[in-house]
Amino acid sequence: MKKGIQHSILAASMSLLLSTPGLMAADTIKLGVAGPHSGDLASYGIPTIKAAELVVQQVNARGGINGKQVELLIEDDVCKPEVATNTATKLVSDGVHAVLGHICSGATKAALPIYNNSGIVVISPSATNPGLTQSGDYPNFFRTIASDDAQARKEVDFVIDVLGLSKIAVIHDKGDYGKGLAEFAKSFLESSPKAEVVLYEGVTPGAVDYSAVVQKIRRSGAEAVIFGGYHPEASKIITQMRKKRMKIPFISDDGVKDDTFIKVAGKNAEGVYASGPQDNSKNPLSAEAIQSHKTVYGSDPGAFFENAYSAALAILNAIDNAGSTDYEAIRKALHEKKTNTPLGNINFDAKGDAVGVGFGMYQVKNGVFVEVK
Amino acid sequence: MDYFVELFFSGLTRGSIYALIALGYTMVYGIIGLINFAHGEIYMIGAFTSFIVATVLSIYGFPLLAIVVLAGFAAIIWSSAYGYTVEKLAYKPLRHAPRLSPLISAIGMSIFLQNYILLAQTSDFLAFPELIPDLDFMEPYAHVVGTTDLVILATTAISMLALTLLIKFTRIGKAMRATSQDRTMAMLVGINVDRVISMTFIIGSALAAIGGMLIASHIGQINFMIGFIAGIKAFTAAVLGGIGSIPGAVLGGFVLGLTESFATGYVSSDYEDVFAFGLLVLILLFKPSGLLGKADIQKV
Repeated sequence: MKKGIQHSILAASMSLLLSTPGLMAADTIKLGVAGPHSGDLASYGIPTIKAAELVVQQVNARGGINGKQVELLIEDDVCKPEVATNTATKLVSDGVHAVLGHICSGATKAALPIYNNSGIVVISPSATNPGLTQSGDYPNFFRTIASDDAQARKEVDFVIDVLGLSKIAVIHDKGDYGKGLAEFAKSFLESSPKAEVVLYEGVTPGAVDYSAVVQKIRRSGAEAVIFGGYHPEASKIITQMRKKRMKIPFISDDGVKDDTFIKVAGKNAEGVYASGPQDNSKNPLSAEAIQSHKTVYGSDPGAFFENAYSAALAILNAIDNAGSTDYEAIRKALHEKKTNTPLGNINFDAKGDAVGVGFGMYQVKNGVFVEVK
Repeated sequence: MDYFVELFFSGLTRGSIYALIALGYTMVYGIIGLINFAHGEIYMIGAFTSFIVATVLSIYGFPLLAIVVLAGFAAIIWSSAYGYTVEKLAYKPLRHAPRLSPLISAIGMSIFLQNYILLAQTSDFLAFPELIPDLDFMEPYAHVVGTTDLVILATTAISMLALTLLIKFTRIGKAMRATSQDRTMAMLVGINVDRVISMTFIIGSALAAIGGMLIASHIGQINFMIGFIAGIKAFTAAVLGGIGSIPGAVLGGFVLGLTESFATGYVSSDYEDVFAFGLLVLILLFKPSGLLGKADIQKV
């Protein structure tokens, strides 16, 4: 009897030894989740953990992928590039097969070379820096969010192709967000043979009057105005344009696509175009994801939840399609095979951006923003 | 040429507002040598008061003219009450303190009033009703100068004329001039200096309230922060024209407004403030007392 107990203890400790990660590697698929999970930007990173947990729970309940259970390795990068390199090294040495993250563009950029050297696919729900995909430096990088310039691209394409206008005035509010967008819009317009920038100016937020710059827009002969900035300035400019009897289209961004804009600009808001994140509310998967978050965690999901949920689905689906955790096979699957996600049925273009994930164009009609088809 | 005229009117509109607010700065400085940094907030309170009154009255279906007049008066009275109270609470107890103390008190008052409106009203931008309708006969010129621009110019001109008459010909005007020249002497000849100072705050606040209502109706929105930039610009105008001098404040306001407008029109609105403040530096370099300021104590 005594001996029997000893034996079983021995057997238990043997099996404990066997279950250490290195030896079990063949039996689970390890998905790293990296992002700010503490510190002042934690609210951007934690929803991604929750999304990953929900997706993995679902997948494991169905029997896992290729017969293997999925395991999450969660690592904090506090959104700091210098920490993110350590996070990445840790995940790589723990033997992750793919990484969901990082969250902040700066941290992502710092971590990517480490994953790239180890042949690990990274999929971010939130890093919007254009260079991450467009530079071509990171073939292992994918994302389920549109890059910063996608919004400007949308506005410019809309003005040129849908409205068919060519002389454009680009105005911004000198802020990081507004000027950033305006610079992208300007460079896209300049590189298009069908359009020209007739005016590029910044206005001072909070000034008592914008009529001088409005006169300048008229004098420039602009056929449309693209404005980068927020709604207080947009409503002042559009009000003064209409007061000066200028009826040219006014196209702005998601800083303006806000009900306050319509409330403040009133009748002058009618007909104004504004781009904004595409509307997923009609997608049943999106409703389902949000509902399961409410059931499991008892609250509404946080920032980038749907993007993270979609990214987790896409990467796990790609591993499933690839039939292995081979780097090239996963990449090929992400590029070629579509995944049904809350953001739509997506795959990834050659650069790594999700196809069809991006911005929609909205117009104010009878006091509400309506999507322009 | 058209373009020049357009920019000219746009500059005059801005300049009028700067001038209306600058008068408050310059009068107070002329009398007690204090820069009343809370003055921009008085302008903002004027805009908010007229907003509330106009909204309520339009619900009851008052005619537009009645709304404008009543909202205007309410704004003037309410802002004046604030101006009066601010002086009594924050500056009068410090009248014999070192010059720096009331200045700090003024900055404190400015921050207090901003946050008070933020809490008591809203942090949102509000749509200000269009109190000045577009007149039909102005339609052919609407692209150059709007009805509101003309109304702002006319109201500013009338206010300034009234102020000049008040200071030149009334008892209180004479008392104000006397106090600004020598406060002790004025007291000795029997002028109630406290009353004169209160009156100065009331008149300055009333002018700011008119400015607040006009500009809010012109741009169609208000917010608790609007007093800050307008106040800084108006203060610049007052210094430009020579702080302490009433015609100087008006001239400074128009010079500043026109400079900004032409800088935007012919150079770039990115450099609007660069030109405005560059001009201030230049004028102060060559004429430290401002355009119409006098080096001695000939104030108000």
